Amino acid sequence: MTAEQIIKEYSKELPEKIINDLLENLPKKISDKKVKEIVEEVVKEYKEMQITPAESVGIITAESIGEPGTQMTLNTFHFAGVSEMNVTTGLPRIIEIFDGRKDIATPMMNIYLKKPYSEGKDIEKVALRLKETLLEEIAQEFYINIADMSVEIQLNKEQLDKIGLTNQDVINSINKGIKGIKVKEKDNTLTVTKKQETDNLNEIYSLKEKLKKVFVTGVKHIKYVLPVKREGEYIILTSGTNLKDVMELDFVDSTRTTSNDIFEVEKVLGIEAAREAIIQEVYKVMQEQGLNVNIRHIMLVADAMCAMGKVQGITRYGIIREKASVLARASFETPMKQIMQASLMGEVDKLNSVVENVMVNQPVPVGTGLPGLAVKVIKGRIGGYEGEKDEKKSKAEKTAKKEIKKEEKKTTKTKTKKAKSSKSKNKE
Amino acid sequence: MKKIIKHVLVPEHKKLSEKEKKLLLEKYHITIRALPQILKTDPAIQDLSVKEGDVIMIKRKSPTAGESIYYRVVVSSE
Repeated sequence: MTAEQIIKEYSKELPEKIINDLLENLPKKISDKKVKEIVEEVVKEYKEMQITPAESVGIITAESIGEPGTQMTLNTFHFAGVSEMNVTTGLPRIIEIFDGRKDIATPMMNIYLKKPYSEGKDIEKVALRLKETLLEEIAQEFYINIADMSVEIQLNKEQLDKIGLTNQDVINSINKGIKGIKVKEKDNTLTVTKKQETDNLNEIYSLKEKLKKVFVTGVKHIKYVLPVKREGEYIILTSGTNLKDVMELDFVDSTRTTSNDIFEVEKVLGIEAAREAIIQEVYKVMQEQGLNVNIRHIMLVADAMCAMGKVQGITRYGIIREKASVLARASFETPMKQIMQASLMGEVDKLNSVVENVMVNQPVPVGTGLPGLAVKVIKGRIGGYEGEKDEKKSKAEKTAKKEIKKEEKKTTKTKTKKAKSSKSKNKE
Repeated sequence: MKKIIKHVLVPEHKKLSEKEKKLLLEKYHITIRALPQILKTDPAIQDLSVKEGDVIMIKRKSPTAGESIYYRVVVSSE
């Protein structure tokens, strides 16, 4: 038998990672007996290192994240050299994630590309295809022609070539964006008129404002793109996220592209992906700050946030609301509101968890306080061994008979005493 | 749909049979209400043809254990 086979036998008792570590670190020439000895020692050590049942891991997590959290910086950090793009990190980001905020301060994406593009081919063009481009960005100027009651747009040819658009593309997107208008092209100038002729200048003016915001090309919500080279391949960082639409694009590697918006990840990829995203985002911040927090703590928080099938923040509207106990909810935030609501609904607090038992001064179900004493009671027998049953029965019967006799004697004695005393009283 | 399942953030989801479900609940001495939940509309389980009350087994890639197994019960999305 090889060492590998011996170790694989223990695969039910040990996690995959420890088995792999063992296989990597075993010396090449080793006897089977020694391998077995080592593995058994590892199993023993592993079982000792496991957390004990009823250990309050939540408190340990709270302390382990909270204490290094005091050393976190409060500022945001800038991308290398590009001052326009900054990302919230440090404490504000941690709070943002744990609170489960829907609108985060700096949404951004890491877009990975497929083969020829990831090596730098047409990287500028690809980046511009992602960026949300509005008409005002490719137009040089907007005029209002009062005589014809029309809006004239002079296009920026250079910008158009850079993105790879033709004038016809622009006309199409204008027609798509605004209904009830006519677009004419002459040289590099587009003339836009309303189908229904009007004399009202205000209408033309509002048309001009609308035209400026017409969506021409790119992916919606992607405000800014930045191609960078990371670990030998080109990726595109964006500010603004739209995971669903970006993953549909043919030049994007849809297996690795991610967003830092947890709710978007949940919507597009599901709850398990959201849990993974929470862990990665929090861990990234911790590492940027040079803090050493064990990933198990972050995993526990992420599990708690994702237990109900949707991402919930650690707020009174999130996971705290799911708590069964009124007192536990009241002890977190807005106690009056919780108690009033509970009394209206006629809620019952069964005092099953920790906080409520602290409040009523009882042992908390944590550690040694959790297990209760259970005794199996069989009728006619309390404790004792199997053969003892008959002996005890006969003994119990005997003692019972004796007691009955004693009591009979007592009653007779008292009767005679009473009789005597009454007689003596009569004599007196 | 296929794109989502191949994504690095999405672990493998598998539906348990009724027999496996029963064994799981017996193993941990729990009722189905004690399990964490997953919405029926979750993108990752759209191909599994699940109904409410089914148990989904999730094989997560864990940085601490290599691979860890997690269970979620399918619930309606209200």
